[in-house]
Amino acid sequence: MLLADGGLVKTEKFRNAKYLGDPINTVKIFNEKEVDELVFIDIQCSQQKKKPSLEIIKDLASECFMPLSYGGGIDSLVQIERILKIGVEKVVINHHAINHPEFLSSASQNFAQSTIVGAMDIKKNLWGNYMVYDHVKKKILDISPVEYAKRLESLGCGELFVNNVEREGTYLGFDLKIIEMITAAVGIPVTVCGGASKLTDITLAAEAGASAVAIGSLFVYQGPHRAVLISYPSFNKLKELLSHA
Amino acid sequence: MISIVDYGFGNLGSIKNMLDYLGHENEIVEEPAQILHSSKIILPGVGSFDQGMKALNEKGWVSVLNQKVLEERIPVLGICLGMQLMTQDSEEGTEKGLGWINAQTKKFVFPRDTSLKIPHMGWNKVNVMGDSPLHRQLTELEEIRYYFVHSYFVQPLETDNVIFSCNYGGGFCAAFQYDNIFGTQFHPEKSHQFGLKLLHNFSLL
Repeated sequence: MLLADGGLVKTEKFRNAKYLGDPINTVKIFNEKEVDELVFIDIQCSQQKKKPSLEIIKDLASECFMPLSYGGGIDSLVQIERILKIGVEKVVINHHAINHPEFLSSASQNFAQSTIVGAMDIKKNLWGNYMVYDHVKKKILDISPVEYAKRLESLGCGELFVNNVEREGTYLGFDLKIIEMITAAVGIPVTVCGGASKLTDITLAAEAGASAVAIGSLFVYQGPHRAVLISYPSFNKLKELLSHA
Repeated sequence: MISIVDYGFGNLGSIKNMLDYLGHENEIVEEPAQILHSSKIILPGVGSFDQGMKALNEKGWVSVLNQKVLEERIPVLGICLGMQLMTQDSEEGTEKGLGWINAQTKKFVFPRDTSLKIPHMGWNKVNVMGDSPLHRQLTELEEIRYYFVHSYFVQPLETDNVIFSCNYGGGFCAAFQYDNIFGTQFHPEKSHQFGLKLLHNFSLL
């Protein structure tokens, strides 16, 4: 779930943020649907050099009847401490770690490793190879996702979150090849995001090695005109989808 | 009135919201005197054993809690660290626990070659043990799952007191009952339908 200006939005390839509604109301719907975990990313914080809004995070944490993760603009240990104390289970760190990798090692030393999620955005370069993408500078970096995943693991992250910019909000399915390459390179759980178009894509991503699948559009839109309608499969359906993975 | 004890450890908003959602009267209390008239107590907590006990001692909670729980015998539910504080002591620290129950708090120890991580974090299945009013509406479910985040666990001296068990590198006590004293290692407030049912059962006691 993406946050911008305190509202819930959905993007496509990291652009064209469309307003979906009030995040608290959405959490209430997800409570009813018994979602197992929610991830909130404030997509403006790093871009606009804003600090994470503890007020919004606190409201979300209070409303969630399930564990939640927060990412967006985290660049200090004090912020992590405050966010965890509010009742958030995990923090997602992306942009600040690109130029300050040591931040991840101090974060994982100061807090339980399992609470520190290292995130990367990936995008294809001109030659069609995936590279790590800096979403603030809007620049493709000179490091491969596999190398970066290994680096994040060695810095002490307990978990990885990989967002595929090419596929985000496109309903083109997950790019399974890159998921296989990244998950084969590390021993920690990898959550993949970007492209889910139907429920069976979850099965494919899990078979490719993903420990968890994060889904936006497929669960917030309905129909060809992308009307906002929150949905979520039942636990038995999910079990069935993941039974062979 | 259910009192949720706020001794400075973690956000109690989701516990309050869940009880509000269920329609049970509740309040978050920051002063020991506020629980004198409560009919049920929830003792939550996230953090270290010693810090938790020190906070309870310094803010004068211990004697009031003892009176409500041991003398008036009103139902009390400890969640996560709150559950562990009810034991005699913990391998996490040197402070004495509340000592309400004959149990100790132990550290998870796994062989070196295991892939099991500490803390135990995530959803895990639990098994119903014995008979408890907290089981209501849960026993009929195909599978009962709760959300855990902990590095230490409670080991009751008598296994009869275990009402939910869980497996993480071996079996451990996921929840206990000693008459009016209940504890859950998991977070009902983060475990949607399973947590709702359990907190509802506690509220109906």
